[in-house]
Amino acid sequence: MPHDGHDENGSTLDPMTARAMALETLLAGKGLVEPAAIDAIVELYETRIGPRNGAQVVARAWSDPGFADRLRTDATAAIASLGYGGRQGEHMRAVFNTPAEHNLVVCTLCSCYPWSVLGLPPVWYKAPAYRSRAVLDPRGVLAEFGVTLPEATTVRVWDSTAELRYLVVPMRPEGTDGMDETALAGLVSRDAMIGTGLAVSR
Amino acid sequence: MGFGPVAPEADEPVFHAGWERRALGLTLAAGGMGAWPIDESRFARESLPPAVYYASSYYEIWIRALERLLVRHGFVTEAELAGGPASPGATPKRVLAAAEVPAAIARGGPCDRDPGGRAPAFAAGDAVRTLVIHPAGHTRLPRYARGKRGRIEAVQGFFVFPDSNAHGRGEAPEWVYTVLFDAAELWGRDADPASRVSIDAWESYLEPA
Repeated sequence: MPHDGHDENGSTLDPMTARAMALETLLAGKGLVEPAAIDAIVELYETRIGPRNGAQVVARAWSDPGFADRLRTDATAAIASLGYGGRQGEHMRAVFNTPAEHNLVVCTLCSCYPWSVLGLPPVWYKAPAYRSRAVLDPRGVLAEFGVTLPEATTVRVWDSTAELRYLVVPMRPEGTDGMDETALAGLVSRDAMIGTGLAVSR
Repeated sequence: MGFGPVAPEADEPVFHAGWERRALGLTLAAGGMGAWPIDESRFARESLPPAVYYASSYYEIWIRALERLLVRHGFVTEAELAGGPASPGATPKRVLAAAEVPAAIARGGPCDRDPGGRAPAFAAGDAVRTLVIHPAGHTRLPRYARGKRGRIEAVQGFFVFPDSNAHGRGEAPEWVYTVLFDAAELWGRDADPASRVSIDAWESYLEPA
C-alpha cells in the first residue's frame, strides 16, 4: 500500500486519508496490528452493533414490566439477556423518562456513549457544542432537535464522567397498545435513547 | 461556550470517509496490544494542544493521539511518522487477531474491582462538595463541577481510578457515586430552575458538605 501521499493512480490523497493509510501501513508492517482485525472491527460497528439493539431493549421494557424492573435494578444483566454487552457497555444504567422528568445524556469530557446498545455516537454528540451546552442549556439543545417539553417536566442531564453508560428509555407513545415488540422497536429512534428525541407513534 | 449550534446532521452516516473507518479500527486494534489503558488514551486526546484539538475532526483527534501513544510506548519514532524508514521498536505483549475481534468486543474492558472490605465514605442522600482541583494530568471531574455542592444520589460501585491509571500509577480503585446538582448551583441565578445535572464522581473528588 503506498504511503507517499498518492493513491495507485498517482492522484494526491486528502491529508487525513494519507495520514491514516501511512499509520496503518507502518503499524501493519511492524506486526503491531492486523489489517484483517481492523476490517473485523469496522464490520462489527457498521453492521451488527447499532441503535436497533437499544430499540429492542426499550421495546421489551415497554412490553414486559418484569424486564423493565430488571432494567432498573441491573441494566447490564437485563441488556445482556437480549445478547448485547461488551465494549463501552460494561456498566449500564437505564434511565426512564416520565411526565415529571426528561433525561438527557452527555459526555462533556470526551464522547463516552453506550456503544453496545447504540453503536458509534453521531458527530454532534462528540462535538464541543453539544458537550458544553447539554449541561448548561438542556432545553435550548432540545429545541434544536425539535423537542419542546411541557413546562412541568424537569430535565435531568447525566454527564457520563465515569464508566457508567446511560440508556434513556423514552415514554411509550399513545396509541400503541397491542403493537408487538418489533413494531414498537421501530418507533424508538437513536436520538430518543440519548434524550434528544421522543418516541412517537406513526 | 461559543461553539455555536449543535446542528445535527440528518441521516448521518456512521463514517464520513473511508479513512475514518480505518482510524476507528486502527485505534482499537492498537489498543488491543494492551500497552495502555483507555484512561491513558483519553488523556492523549484531551492533551493535544487546544488549537489542534478544536481544529480537528473527531477521528483526526484519534489518529493524532494514537501517534502520541505509539511514540511514548516506543512502538514508532517521530522519524517513522514523518515518512522515514521503519526501524525496530518495542515488542507488543500481544497483537489482536481478526478471529479474536468479536470475542474481544463482547468482553469489553470492565473496570469494576473488588472493594475488599473498604466501605464507601458516603451514602445516598449525603450532602457533598466536589473539591477544587486543577491537575495537570488526567481527571474526570469536569471544571464546571469543581467546588460545587450536591447530593449523593447513588453509590455506584468500586472502579479503577482514571487520575491514577492514566499515568502508570496503577488502578487505585475507589468508590464511585452519582452526585446530583441543582442547575443554579452550577450556573448561577439565571439557571433553569427545572434542571438538574449529575456527574459520576470518584470518592477522591468529594468531601462532606
